This record gives sequence, structure tokens and C-alpha cells, in this order.
Amino acid sequence: MRYSGVSYHGENIRPGIEGGKYMASNGIRDRVAIVGMGCTQFGERWDKSVNDLLVDATKDALASAGIELPMVDAFWLGTLFSGQSGLTLSRPLKIDYKPVSRLENYCATGSEAFRNACYAVASGAYDVAMAIGVEKLKDSGISGLPGLAAPSDGTKAPLTAPASFSLLAPAYSKKYGVEKDQLKEVMTRIAWKNHKNGALNPRAQFRKEVPKETIACSPLVAGSLGIFDCSGVSDGSAAAIVVRAEDAHRYTDRPLYVKALSFVAGPANGPMDPDYDYTTFQEVVVSAADAYAQAGIKDARAELAMAEVHDCFTPTELILMEDLGFSARGTAWKDVLAGTFDLEGELAVNPDGGLKSFGHPIGASGLRMLFECWLQLRGEAGKRQIASVGRGRSLALTHNLGGAPGECVSFVSVVGSQPSK
Amino acid sequence: MNGILSYAAYVPFWRLDRKAIGDALGASAGKGTRAVASHDEDTTSMGVEAGRAALRGVTTGPEALYFATAVPGYLDKTNATAIHAALALPGSAMAVDMVGSIRSGVGALRAALDAPRPTLAVLSDVRTGLPGGGDERDGGDAAVAFLCGPGDAGVPVLAEPVAWASATAEFLERWRVPGEPASRQWEERFGEHAYVPLAQAAITEGLTRAGVAPGGLHRVIVAGPHGRANKRVAGGLGAKPDAIADDLAGSTGNTGTAHAGLMLADALDTAAPDQLILVVSLADGCDVTIWKTTAALASRRAAKPVSSQLAGGGKVSYATFLTWRGFLDREPPRRPDPEPPAAPPSFRAEDWKFGFTGSRCEACGARHLPPQRVCVKCHAIDRMKPERLADVPATIATFTVDRLAYSLSPPVVAAVIDFEGGGRYQCELTDVDPAAVQIGDRVEMTFRRLYTANGVHNYFWKARPIR
Repeated sequence: MRYSGVSYHGENIRPGIEGGKYMASNGIRDRVAIVGMGCTQFGERWDKSVNDLLVDATKDALASAGIELPMVDAFWLGTLFSGQSGLTLSRPLKIDYKPVSRLENYCATGSEAFRNACYAVASGAYDVAMAIGVEKLKDSGISGLPGLAAPSDGTKAPLTAPASFSLLAPAYSKKYGVEKDQLKEVMTRIAWKNHKNGALNPRAQFRKEVPKETIACSPLVAGSLGIFDCSGVSDGSAAAIVVRAEDAHRYTDRPLYVKALSFVAGPANGPMDPDYDYTTFQEVVVSAADAYAQAGIKDARAELAMAEVHDCFTPTELILMEDLGFSARGTAWKDVLAGTFDLEGELAVNPDGGLKSFGHPIGASGLRMLFECWLQLRGEAGKRQIASVGRGRSLALTHNLGGAPGECVSFVSVVGSQPSK
Repeated sequence: MNGILSYAAYVPFWRLDRKAIGDALGASAGKGTRAVASHDEDTTSMGVEAGRAALRGVTTGPEALYFATAVPGYLDKTNATAIHAALALPGSAMAVDMVGSIRSGVGALRAALDAPRPTLAVLSDVRTGLPGGGDERDGGDAAVAFLCGPGDAGVPVLAEPVAWASATAEFLERWRVPGEPASRQWEERFGEHAYVPLAQAAITEGLTRAGVAPGGLHRVIVAGPHGRANKRVAGGLGAKPDAIADDLAGSTGNTGTAHAGLMLADALDTAAPDQLILVVSLADGCDVTIWKTTAALASRRAAKPVSSQLAGGGKVSYATFLTWRGFLDREPPRRPDPEPPAAPPSFRAEDWKFGFTGSRCEACGARHLPPQRVCVKCHAIDRMKPERLADVPATIATFTVDRLAYSLSPPVVAAVIDFEGGGRYQCELTDVDPAAVQIGDRVEMTFRRLYTANGVHNYFWKARPIR
């Protein structure tokens, strides 16, 4: 049994951010492989229902794996708003009496479906599992995300998602002495980069480069966040077929091996604890450390070919560069301006355009990130193919979070095209 | 008999310049300003603010609460119970409304003086009128609270009633059918005809009972919804001209149910010991009280005098004023409608939602808002004791201006605030200029009506700059 930190036997466990150290997280490195993936066009899909999106992504994934639907033994469906229970998937696909789990974990819902499907296969309970995520946001007729509120006492501050994440910007500015205008330039460059990448992606919601001036001058939504600092509200679906690693070559000669899966929910202390300073997601720090330990990664920036990260808003991507260990604390803003995370940079981040330009249909996003890893590590990304894959880098990371600064869930996966030696 | 043990007025932050009405409507609307309750205030929330200020630092807790307003937030349901909860009064203290008419204000105060127990009278009003009308122009919004009791060495009487008198009559001068946004009035001179003899009778009786001649009065307050009758009565009773109190028409406007109390609070803010104050309320009759101040007043006046509240304040545009009062129905954002608070969770969370009572961990001392069972710092389970933070100042740790969130008055300004002595909360800021907020600004909590959804008022706390 491997612990992320030292054994907790006989020790007083200190609560708080040290708690993650005591998690027994053994991982399933190289025991599961992705053998097929599918992803629909994301965007304002007025032409497609939830059922259509599910059928389309499933068809793609099955075709990619070269199998028929009856060969899938079990299903995990991730969706936040677009349906409840396994019937949301079994009904449109006419699944014949198979286990179908429906789950949600905020914006990390798609990743959570993938994680559970992987464990099911790794356990030996099933041979072939499908993880699929879907979201239909554009049928609601409102801006942003619809409400999710359970009956309440009405005391929670009604902050929208952009407002919650906009709290990061002034806190980062203050802590690291980055002038407000300079930080806006950094945020703008992140949006500009992700739009530039998305312009090369036929499945993306926004497939156009956007000039920096347009981004910087876009109407304010919350704090210093303009409309171009926010991810696209989108419809879409993505799916993955997973099998045990030893079976992978029955389906494809280029499987992706699951190196690490880490998921943590934080104590949501940020809005309650004056020690939280809004310049980090501790949940991401813990889940990244866990994932790197599972995958045997020592230096993420040097070892990864690419990373798909949860750029729900531009300051989020900035801070993730530090939380994921790609940049030292307080320096990510310089790396962003230097182009470190560009498609041609030292470590490509969000080569598919990210949530920013690919769009963010909540339940689908985690699987959409894996879909880009699938294309890139197999050399199928076309115009946006990352050069370092050709030079032998074989690992990709996905990061997906849900919630708000100081109170979120975080998922980190590492997948690779090569089995461990 | 009870006297006044403490008092406080609450004048909302916003002012409408009457010139702005005239400019918008192309007509003359007079001079000065009127006080305007914000979009997140009503008579109940303003009553809480006045009540909090009146009870701050007073060791005698009221055993009953009387709430008077012409504009109650609810019918059927008692409004005083929300004030009672927000003031964290004990469950054994009765809380009742005296609502619907302007005269209920002086009625609540007299009932509190008559009560055989310490009693808090809260008088509150939000005056509206149809756009362009005199009530819109001359009305004002405010609340005032008086803690009445027999007094003791620790909490002495500040002013005691030495005489009172009433004259009651039935006549149709001003009225409003429930649900209507504005009241109606008979021809102006008729009101004067009805009020002046009633006032003369009651004032004469009051002065006789007190054994005082008009010239011996140090301050004369005449309040009531009929401005012309007020002026006639004040000018005709034979008091020294400099004793006639400013009726606040040019600053707050006429605050209806609260107005006689507001003017009394203003007088108490500056009165010397052993002075006589005549309060005349002309509302469906005439009610007269003659007060005598005590030596204790000088050291126990309201912390925020009426005059200092009038000196502050922010300008509100006429369009915004109309929007806040519901006369201008603006396009809402494309966002989900707010959900009404549900009754059972609100009931379970009464101490939190209304009293702003969090919890403190007895193991490590960490404060929690809202109250928790497991400590965020040391993770001790069920070692909490309740702790009310409604009167604890805080500092803005970070903030944002949310232009997407639903509000009657966008944008929403939200902040993460850290309380003196520990504890953090994320809440809305109010009475604030979004462009002026800074990290490090000091704020205090204020009780507000966040919004109304499906006929349910969502009362809770926001933070406002300490001014």
C-alpha cells in the first residue's frame, strides 16, 4: 500500500491542508486503457437534443474502438443538469439491462464519470466500460449557468460563477505585486492563446482567433473579468471506452494508458477561514501531488507533452499553472506572457482551445479534455499537433475542477501512450 | 410610569434631490432632498436598524416589542417577530405589530410608556406616492426606536412624559386601500379645517395638565401627514419662535409613522437637562405628549444623531428611485429568478438568518459563519457555542462587482469580509459606490430585505461601509 505521504499509523493526524498527505492513494497505473473516444461538436447546438448528443458521442466512441454497443458491459454518465438517473442514457441508446450510473460532481462531472468507469474495469467487475458526459445548457434561455438551489434559508450570497472566480485577480495582484493592468494583460493573453488554439479545432464552439484588443475591451461581467475572460456556455457530449490494459490491443494498436486518477473534495474553508488568500486552489495542489505520485512524475513541466486544464475563467488558468507545479509561485504570470504555455511553447496548455473556446458543457468537459489527449498522444491532432509528442513526450494531463475558489472539488488525471517499463 | 431609557433613529443612506424629480418630469418639484430606503430595505429592516442602535450598550432588555408602520411588509403575518429575531430578543418577549395607519406610531410609543415592563417601540415608514405627486416629493423614509421603562441607576430615564392628551375624531382626510401604491387625500384645506380645532383642544389640555405655558416650552414638535395643518398649529400655539423644531421637510421629507418620533430623537440629540419638549402628532386626531429631559440625557444620547445621519448620504437618481419603489419595471437580466427562502430551513436557522449568530469552537477558538458543527481549523466535532456577530466590525479581504447576478439594483457588489477577533464571511455590500470599494475597507453588518420572491421577503444581513 502506498501513501501519498508518510504512514498515519501511530501519528496524530493534523487536519487542514496537511490532511491530504495521509490519504492512502494506491492508483491504478497502467491497469486500464482508453481504446476509443468520441466527442461531438460543442456550441449552441439548437439542432441537437440531449438524446442526440448522447447518441452522437456514443457512436463516435464505439466506432473509434471498433465495437458495437452490446459489447459495453457498464456505463457511467456524467451530467449536472441535463437528466437524472441511468435512464438518461439507457433510454436514447436502448441499452439492454446493463448497469448505468448517473453522477455529478459540479464542473468535474465528466472526469468523475471517467474515474468511476476506470475503477470498475480495474476491479475486474467488467471488461468494457463507457464513460460519457453530456450537458445541454443552451435550452434554458438564460446567461451563464442555471441555478441548482435546494430549498434553503436564503442566506447564501448569490454570487455568479464569474464573480466567484473574479475574486482571484485582485488577490493575486496584491500578493505578488502585479499591477492591475499587467494582470489584465496576462488574463487577456490566456484568452487570446486559447482562442488561437480553438481556431484550429473543428469541434470547438469558437473557431476564430480574437485580437487582444477585443478581449481586453470586452464588456465587464464581474470584477475585472470581461466576457472574453469567461468560458463558453455550450452544449456537447464526449465519451471514452475503457478496458483492462492487457486487453487494449484487441481494440487498438495505440491505446492510452491511465497513469493516474486523483479526485479530492476540499473542506470548503475558503469563505469561512481568514487564512485563505484566494491565490490558490489547495484542492488542486493536493490532487496534483497525488496524481504525480501515482504516475511517477517528478517534474511535470519537463515530462508532460501537454495539459488540458480547467480554464473556466482566465485567472483560473493562471493560478492552475502554479497549483499544478508548471510555474513557481508568483511567476506563472511571467510564463504566460513569455508564451511558455502556447501551442508551440515549452508545455502546451489547452491545445484544443480549452473551456474558453472549445466551450464548457459541464458534464462533458472532463471527457473532452481526455479526447484532446487521445488525439495529441496518437498524433491525430492535425494542424494543432504538438511537436514534443514527435520528440518522444508521451504523457498528458487533464485537470478539471468544480465549485469556487476556496470551496471546490478537483480532479487530475495523467494518461500516456506508452506502458511503463 | 415608564420614560425613555434609550433611543435611536435610522435614516437610510440614500437621498433623492427634489430637483431631479422636477427635471425628469418637466415641472417644479421644490427644493431639498428626501430620504430614500434602498432597494433592499423596507419598514421591517429599517426598524431592525433603529432597534439595534437603540439597544446597543443598554443592559435593560425589552420584554415586549411594539412595531408601528403604515406600510407593513406582510399582512396576517407579524412583522415585529422578524425585528425581534434580528435583535436577538428572548423568546419570552412579546412582539406585536400596530400597522396600517400613521397614527399607530404615536400609539406604539404611548403603549410602550404605559406598559408595566421595559418595552421597545419601533416606528418605521416608507412613504411613496404616484410619480409627480406631492407625496412622492414630500415623503421620506426612516425608522426610530425608543426603549421605554422605569429606569434604574444603570439605565436611567433620559426623558419622561409629564403630561399627555388626545383628541380623536373620524374624518376622511388621507386614506389608502390595502395594496395600493399611493394614498389619496381630500382637498387640502379640508384637512386644515378638521385638524386645527382638534390640535387646539389637545394642546390646551396637555399644557394645562403639565402646568406649563406655551412660552415655557423649550422645543415644539408638530408632525403629521398634513403639512399645512402642521404649520398652522406650530405657528399658532404661542411658543417662542426659536422653540419650533425644524420639521425635516427639506432633508428627510415627511416620514409618516416615524416622523413624530424622528423629530423627538432629533430634539433629544441636543436637548439640555430639565427641558420641556412638546410633541404634537396630527394623524386622524391629535396626540400630545409633553416630555421633560433628565440630567442623564447628556451622557446617553444616540450614538449617531439624526443631524449626522442627514449630513451623510448618497444621491440616488430619479429613475433609480422609481425602480426601487416599483414604479418603473425594468428589464431583468437573463438569469434565473431568485428562489424564495423556504420556511423550514429558515425556521431551523433563525439565529443565523435573523440574528447573524455564528459559532465559536470551544477547542481552538475559531469563529464560523454560518455556524458549523465541525471546526474548520481543528476539526473538533460538536464543540461549538453560539456567537452573535451582528455588531462586530469587519474588513474587506477581497471583493468583486458582479454584473451578471440578479438584483433590483445591479451591479451586485460582493465581498469576503474578515471580522475583528476572527471569522470570515462572504456577503453582499450595500449603500456603496462600486467604484469606491477597496481591499482593507472597514464594514459593519446591516439587516436587509435581500429580495422578494413568490411573495416571500428574504431578510438577511449585508455589509456596509462604516461611515
